[in-house]
Amino acid sequence: MTTRMTGTPVPRTEDRRLLTGAGRFVDDVLVGPGTLHAAVLRSPHAHARIVGIDVDAVLDLEGVHLVWTHEDLAELSAPMAEPLPLLIPHPALTHGRTQHALARDEVNHVGEAVAFVVADDRYVAEDAVGRIRVTWEVLAPVVGIDQARAAERLVHDDVPGNVGARLEQGTADAEQMAAALDAAPHRLSFDLEIERSACTPLEGRGTVARWDPDSDRLQVWTSTQTSTGVRAAVAAKLGLDLGQVDVITPDVGGGFGVKINHPWPEELLVPLAARTLGRVVKYTEDRREHFVASAHERGQQQHVEVGFDDDGRLLALDVEFWHDHGAYTPYGLIVPIITSTQLLGPYKPQLYRVVFESLYTNTTMVTPYRGAGRPQGCYAMERTMDAIAAHLGRDRTEVRAANFIQPDEFPYDQGLVFQDGRELEYDSGDYPALLEKAKALVGWDGFETFRAEMAAAGRRVGIGLACYVEGTGVGPYEGAHVHVETSGKVKVATGLTSQGQGHQTVFAQLVADELGCRFEDVEVVTGDTRRMPYAVGTFASRAAVMSGSAIHLAAKRAKEKALRIAADALEADEADLEIVEGSVRVKGSPGSAIDLGTVAVLSNPLRYAFDEASKAATQFSVGDPGKPPVAEDDEPGLEGKDFYSPERATFASGIHAVVVETDPDTAEVRVLKYAVVHDCGTLINPMIVEGQIHGGVAQGVAGALYERMAYDEAGQLLNASFMDFLMPYVTEVPDGIDIDHQETPSPLNPLGVKGAGEAGVIPSAAVFAAAIEDAEGIRVTRMPMSPSDLHHLRTDQRQEPTS
Amino acid sequence: MSEELHEVHLVVNGTTYDVRVPARRLLSDALRHDLGLTGTHVGCEHGVCGACTVLLDGRPVRACLLLAVTVDGHDVTTVEGLADTDGTLSAVQQGFAQCHGLQCGFCTPGFLTTVTAGLRDNPDPTHDEAREMVAGNLCRCTGYQNIVRSVERAAELARERS
Repeated sequence: MTTRMTGTPVPRTEDRRLLTGAGRFVDDVLVGPGTLHAAVLRSPHAHARIVGIDVDAVLDLEGVHLVWTHEDLAELSAPMAEPLPLLIPHPALTHGRTQHALARDEVNHVGEAVAFVVADDRYVAEDAVGRIRVTWEVLAPVVGIDQARAAERLVHDDVPGNVGARLEQGTADAEQMAAALDAAPHRLSFDLEIERSACTPLEGRGTVARWDPDSDRLQVWTSTQTSTGVRAAVAAKLGLDLGQVDVITPDVGGGFGVKINHPWPEELLVPLAARTLGRVVKYTEDRREHFVASAHERGQQQHVEVGFDDDGRLLALDVEFWHDHGAYTPYGLIVPIITSTQLLGPYKPQLYRVVFESLYTNTTMVTPYRGAGRPQGCYAMERTMDAIAAHLGRDRTEVRAANFIQPDEFPYDQGLVFQDGRELEYDSGDYPALLEKAKALVGWDGFETFRAEMAAAGRRVGIGLACYVEGTGVGPYEGAHVHVETSGKVKVATGLTSQGQGHQTVFAQLVADELGCRFEDVEVVTGDTRRMPYAVGTFASRAAVMSGSAIHLAAKRAKEKALRIAADALEADEADLEIVEGSVRVKGSPGSAIDLGTVAVLSNPLRYAFDEASKAATQFSVGDPGKPPVAEDDEPGLEGKDFYSPERATFASGIHAVVVETDPDTAEVRVLKYAVVHDCGTLINPMIVEGQIHGGVAQGVAGALYERMAYDEAGQLLNASFMDFLMPYVTEVPDGIDIDHQETPSPLNPLGVKGAGEAGVIPSAAVFAAAIEDAEGIRVTRMPMSPSDLHHLRTDQRQEPTS
Repeated sequence: MSEELHEVHLVVNGTTYDVRVPARRLLSDALRHDLGLTGTHVGCEHGVCGACTVLLDGRPVRACLLLAVTVDGHDVTTVEGLADTDGTLSAVQQGFAQCHGLQCGFCTPGFLTTVTAGLRDNPDPTHDEAREMVAGNLCRCTGYQNIVRSVERAAELARERS
C-alpha cells in the first residue's frame, strides 16, 4: 500500500513557479505594448459634493483613449449608473448604502472613485488624471465612532443617526437580562475599544479584461477571492449573459479578506472599457490606493455588563457595541454579526444578550479582514474573563475552565443565529484539553517563579491567555470536478480561489488518497469559471472544509467509475479491486492490473482513434453490440463531479498564550514567548496549517502592537503608506512560535476537517491586552497598544489610581 | 507632446536588451512591461516592501526606486535569473521550497534576490544574522518564521554544494 498523504507535510506544488518568477499574478497577465492601462481619479476629500468635473484638458492628451465620469456610464450600460450591489442584505440593515462605480453627486471617503482614464500606459493615464478639474463643495466629515454616535453630522443625509443597522439577539431580552444582572452575586461593567487595521496583502487589487468581438465574449482576470461572484456582477452590470463572461483568478498575492468584496468599481470599469475600446485594458492598484480605496476592518467600541457567581461562572452577559463600517455597506452586517456571535467563544453563559449598531463614517469602508469580527468578539469576551478573575482574585485559567462547554455537551447550540443565517451550533471540540495543552506549552504554572526571577533582575514581564472558537467552512456550497485523462493525468477543478494557502497541494493530496492516483499526476485549478462555474469563494476559513470535501466526494465518484470499468476489463469483482499509484489491480494479485489512463480510454467509446491507446476504445474493439455504447444511466469519460453543502458551519477552536516584557523606560512591548494550541479537526497538511498559524499570529501581533489607521479630523488617512503604516518586518514578530495541535474531527464533513486560515489572528488583541495588563498591573481597555499608548496609560493611571 | 525616449542598454540575467524608454520609466516597469520579466513584483512603489528587489551589479536594489535610464550598461539579476540554466533551483530557492518559506509568493522574488546577495556576503549566518538578512523585506503571509528557516537551510545547502 502507498502511504496516505492526508496528515503529511507534503511540499507544495505551487512553489516552483513562484520561486522562479514564473507565477502569473494579475499584473503579469497580457503584458505588452498592446495593453492599455487605467488610472482612477479619487476623491481627496472625506465628504464633499461634486459641483462639476472638467475633463477638457484630458481629451486631447496624446495616448489617452477614454475618460469617464458618472455621467458617461448610463449610455454604455444602464446598470452601471446604479449603485454597486449590496451583496449580503439583512433585514436589520435598514439603511444599507453602496457606492457608485464612479461617484454621482457626493463622495463619502477619501479615495472614492470619481473619474476613470484609460491610456497607453499608466504614466500617461496618471498624467491625465492629474489634469481633471473637479469643483467640490466640501462638507464636514464624520470621523470615528464617537462622531458617528453623536450624529451631529450625517454621512448620508437620508440615514438618521448614522445608523445603518441595529441588531439585537441573545437568549434573554433586556428585561430578563436586567433581572439576571441584578440577581448575580457579582457584577462588573466596563468599556472597551479596538482600532482599525487592514488586510494589506502585498499585491493590491487588479483587473485585466479582453473583449473578443469574434466570439462575443469577455475574459476577465482579477485578483479576487470569488471569481464566480465577479462573473455574475460583471455580467449583470454590463448587460451580458453569464455565458459570455469568463473570470479567471490567476495567482493572487494575498487576500486576507479584502478581495472577497466585489465588484470593485475597477472590476466593472475595466471590462466595460475593454468592450468599448476593443482593446485589452488593465488596472493595477497602487499602494496608496489600496490604503484608501479598498477596505479596512476591526474598529469597534464595546460596553460589557456581566454578572457571575463566586467561581466566575457567567450568569448574565450583556454586550452592546458600536461597529464602524465606514462609508458604505456592500458586505452587509457580516462583520458585526460575527463579532456578536463568536464573542461567546468556548463558553456557555447562562444568559447572553447582544446589541450592536453598525455606523457610517466618512472613512474607507469596512469589509472582512482575516478573523472578520472574531478578534473583536474574542477581545470583549477574554477581557471579561480577565476582569472576572481579577475581581475574584482567582487564576485566569480557572475562571475560563469554569465556563467551558464540556466535551460531552456537543453538539452545543448557543441559541443564536450565525453569519450564514443558521443556528450557532458547535459540532465538536475539547476545550479543557486545549487549556491543559496551552498551559503546558507556555509554562503557565511556573510563570510566577519566572516573574520573580525577572523582577529580581529589574525586568517586568506578564503573561496572557485567550481562547476562541471559530465557525469555519460556512456554506452555501462548493463543487469539484475530477477528470482522469487518457494519459493518466488527473485534472481537478474547484471554483473557489487561492491566495497562498497551498490549495493545489492540499487538494491534490486529497485526490491522491481517495482516487489512488499518483500525487504528481494531479493538477488542480482554482477560481476559473471556465472550469467550474458554480462556486462561492474563499473566505471564512472554508476552502479545506468546502472544496476539500467536494473534491473528496468527486474523487470518490471517479474512483467508483474507474473500478466499475476496470472490473469489466479485468473480469474481476469490483470488491476485489484497489487503485494504487494510478493502477487498478486485483488485491493480492499485482500482475492483473490496468492503468487509470487505460480505464479513461475505455470510459469513452470512440469512433475515431487518435493514437495507439485510443484504438482500444474504438467501435470494432470494444462494446457489446447488444447494448448502447454508453449505458443509459452513464456518461462517457472517467470523471467525477460533486458538491458539498453542509447544514451548518464547523467550529474550530484554540488558545493562544503570550509572555511579554514591557520596558519600564521606553514602554516597548517585547514578546518573550508565543504559544498556540489549535484544533482544526483532521490535519491534511500540517506544514501548511502551521504556515497559516504563523502568518495569522504575525498579523495579530501587528494589530495588537503596531498597526492602526490614523485618520485626522478631516478624514485624511495620515499613514497611507508602508513608510507610515507599521506593518511588521521580521524584527517585529516573535522569533519562534510554539505550536501544538489537537485534532477533534468534525462530524459534519467526510474529511473531519475544520478551517485553519484565520485562527492565528483571532485572539491577538485579547492575549496581548491580558499580558500587558499582567506585566503592568494596570487595566488595558484599548488596543492596539503602541509604546506611546502604554506610556500615556501609565501616566494616566498614576494620576487616577483604580481600585 | 510625445515623450522623449532614451536608448537604454540593459544586461538582465546575462541577456542584453536594448530598449527605448521615457526618462521617468522605473526600472521595475521596464523589466516587467518592456522586457516581459514579470517575476519582479511591485508591492509599494516607495521602496519599503522590498518585493521588487533585484541585484544591480550583484548588490540588492529596489527596482521601484530606480529609473531605467540610470542603469544603462549595468548588470541586472532578477528572480528569473537565479536558477541554473538547466532549471536546477539555486540553494536559496531550494531552501525556501523545503522550509515552506512562501505562501502567496508575491513578495518571494524580493526575498530570494536579497538572500542570494546576503549569503554570498555571509555564507554562514548565525540565527540573528539570518533574521537581519531579511529584515528589510515585507511579507504578509508567512509571519517570517519559515523565511528565516529558509535562509538557514539555504546556507546549509550552499555549503553542501560547494
